[in-house]
Amino acid sequence: MKSIISTPVLCALAAMLVAAPVMAQDREIVVYNAQHESLAKEWAAGFTRDTGIKVTLRNGSDSEFSNQIVAEGKASPADVFLTENSPAMTQVEQAGLFAQVDPDTLALVEDQYRPSSGQWIGIAARSTVFAYNKTKLTEDQLPKSLLDLADPQWKGRWGASPSGPDFQAIVSALLQLKGEEATAGWLKAMKANFKAYRGNNTVLKAVNTGEIDGGIIYHYYWFGDRARTAENSNEVELHYFRNGDPGAFVSISGGGVLASSKHPQEAQAFLKWIVGKAGQQVLRDGTSYEYTVGKGEASNAALVPLEDLQAPRIDPHTLNSRKVTDLMTDAGLL
Amino acid sequence: MQASADSTLIAASASRRRRTAPSRLSWIGLAAVLVTLLALIPLGFILWVTVQTGWETATALIFRPRVGELLVNTLLLEVLAVPACAVLSVALAWLTERSDLPGARLWAWLCVAPLAVPAFIHSYAWVSIVPGLNGLSAGALVSVLAYFPFLYLPVSAALRRLDPALEDAAAALGHGPWSVFFRVVLPQLRLALCGGALLVGLHLLAEYGLFVFVRFDTFTTAIVDQFQSTFNGPAANMLAGVLIACCFALLALEMLARGDERYARVGFGAARRLVPASLGRATWPCLLLFALVALLSLGVPFYTIARWLLAGGLQVWRLDEISAALGHTTVLALGGALLATLAAIPMAWLSIRAPGRLQRVLEGCNYMVGALPGVVVALALVTLTVRYLLPLYQTLATILVAYMLMFLPRAIISLRASIAQAPVELEQAAMNLGRKPLDALWSTTIRLSAPGAAAGMALVALGILNELTATQMLAPNGTRTLALAFWAYSGEIDYAAAAPYALIMVAASLPLTWLLYVQSKKMAGQ
Repeated sequence: MKSIISTPVLCALAAMLVAAPVMAQDREIVVYNAQHESLAKEWAAGFTRDTGIKVTLRNGSDSEFSNQIVAEGKASPADVFLTENSPAMTQVEQAGLFAQVDPDTLALVEDQYRPSSGQWIGIAARSTVFAYNKTKLTEDQLPKSLLDLADPQWKGRWGASPSGPDFQAIVSALLQLKGEEATAGWLKAMKANFKAYRGNNTVLKAVNTGEIDGGIIYHYYWFGDRARTAENSNEVELHYFRNGDPGAFVSISGGGVLASSKHPQEAQAFLKWIVGKAGQQVLRDGTSYEYTVGKGEASNAALVPLEDLQAPRIDPHTLNSRKVTDLMTDAGLL
Repeated sequence: MQASADSTLIAASASRRRRTAPSRLSWIGLAAVLVTLLALIPLGFILWVTVQTGWETATALIFRPRVGELLVNTLLLEVLAVPACAVLSVALAWLTERSDLPGARLWAWLCVAPLAVPAFIHSYAWVSIVPGLNGLSAGALVSVLAYFPFLYLPVSAALRRLDPALEDAAAALGHGPWSVFFRVVLPQLRLALCGGALLVGLHLLAEYGLFVFVRFDTFTTAIVDQFQSTFNGPAANMLAGVLIACCFALLALEMLARGDERYARVGFGAARRLVPASLGRATWPCLLLFALVALLSLGVPFYTIARWLLAGGLQVWRLDEISAALGHTTVLALGGALLATLAAIPMAWLSIRAPGRLQRVLEGCNYMVGALPGVVVALALVTLTVRYLLPLYQTLATILVAYMLMFLPRAIISLRASIAQAPVELEQAAMNLGRKPLDALWSTTIRLSAPGAAAGMALVALGILNELTATQMLAPNGTRTLALAFWAYSGEIDYAAAAPYALIMVAASLPLTWLLYVQSKKMAGQ
């Protein structure tokens, strides 16, 4: 057999297989990142600059990673898990795969942005909005509640990104506030009424071109686009539902250290860096336009203050991601 | 111990009496069987998961309105795009091969060149120019522009080889030119049309990026949605099962359509040189058709890339990121191509030197697996490694195996053609001169088939360069290929930042596409 597969060929193959685990060195952590890649890259670069610890990002989405971590169990190669929304954090916590977050890290974040268990921690926050095309809708024509969008008069006029974790988190809030039956009914009406897009940016773009009158997204897509070229948002305004409506849901992005991490110290240090001054400053001064959650850390001045949004009171612990994907699969949205 | 040594001796001398051929055959046969078994893993695994999910859950997840919706979408797409590709390709191929069209060679190359543009870049270009473009008609339009060369290539090659004597006979019997075309020429193109249509049909089933841009849902996009929401949940597996059924339906359909007529020419003598048909006053409209096709299939993508590069300026050339992506892509493409070619050797050798029933079954299995979309192969390998083969999970080895399984048929076909040209007598002479069987094989046939192997590797590398879904799901941590980087930026609607990656992918694909073009000319004896 030796002669048929020549030595150089074998060497090349072997070299590539050995080079495979790009990770697993000392002072290096693997982060399963479901946050926006640009934001996570900024955090990772700042952390590496300050501490010399290298960060390898694997990019994906919230519930993809939470299910992946559960499937990987103790063998997970990840050290840290960052999400855009909290339901995925809760799923990993319930599987018992998180380590306790260091107490001094917990102390850096306002109480309402972290679960009492201390298994994970809020790293940023974002608000649900109805982004609408101002040439198509006047203020008095706007929906009063997220639930109104189930009404036949909205047929074909609004859009969302149902396969994305953001929208699924909003549905989890709806589920928590209104119960399973109402949610299932609303999703069914949504299937008949809405237009599906992939990605909130794409929804924003479609609202801007007038393809749809409005869409359910998070606030920062609009701010980010306005700050760049406004190419996909110059015809778009934001409507905040307020009044504790499910559509006023404020979602918490979470971060946690896996119990199976082989570099727990470095992983905890990364989490602490994110919720600390330097990490929150990236949120305030950077291009992400997400809200800060650190104590005494103001958000970007361009944003509507979080306190004014009249978000519904929801314990992040109660948000259930698996039930949501099941309901959405049943409704034919996935 | 003694007894077993004796029996080995006896076996050895017996095999020497049989001039050692069978022992080599069995080694290669064993290797071919192993490769095939490996290839059958994804398919077997999806079926096994379906069985494991339980009848009730499985039927609930398979027989639901959403699956029906996707099935209708898929069916409409195939019914619209495949015939459109076929009609367009036959027209273009006839004009470049059989008429006096000015600049026919240039046009012929321009009809193949769209293959150098990955399908999702075609789509990216179209939604940049027409932002509201979406749905079935958009999906069908972009698919036709991206995939018609898969039909143009075999059809034009077949047209070049036709013997004009048959057409002359038909004309002498009183048929007009159109009647001759439909009754004599078209039937002879049947094999080429069926093969090309199958290829286009399978690509439509497997494509992801193209349809995401134009917001058209197919099974592949729905499986990726499920993957992103549930990792490897049962719903994704069930969708994969239905998608596999669709692939097999296409394979079966092609086998039926292929028929068993003979198209070979019997008798001695060579075919007369073809006399090109004179287009006369139709020349200008025909040139216009070619210009239009080139504009839509090449002009649009190149214009869009240039426009975004101009808009982005220098700052979109983040050289550290781009060079890293280029490096990762190169390692994956070369590694995958090497592995696929090595794995193809036993199968290709068997099919030339020792064809038989076993070989046909094995080869059939490999083509079947090659027909499966990347998303299915990846889903199976993710689930398999995370549950049972953890040391292989998220490693380079797994993703290379996935590439190997997906692109094995490309490697086999190229290798087979050049093994057929290597005389078996050389192998025998090498053995008579004292080389061991495998050594003899290596120093003669395998070396002589190097051009075919290189062509096969290029085709596999081209596939890997443009691969998105399986790479996304299986890549080791920290991997970022050109396609992944392009996808990440275009997902954030940062089309300018995505443009350099699009340009590099197209630039890297062009030489490989040229190779494909030259190869098809060579096969037709030109």
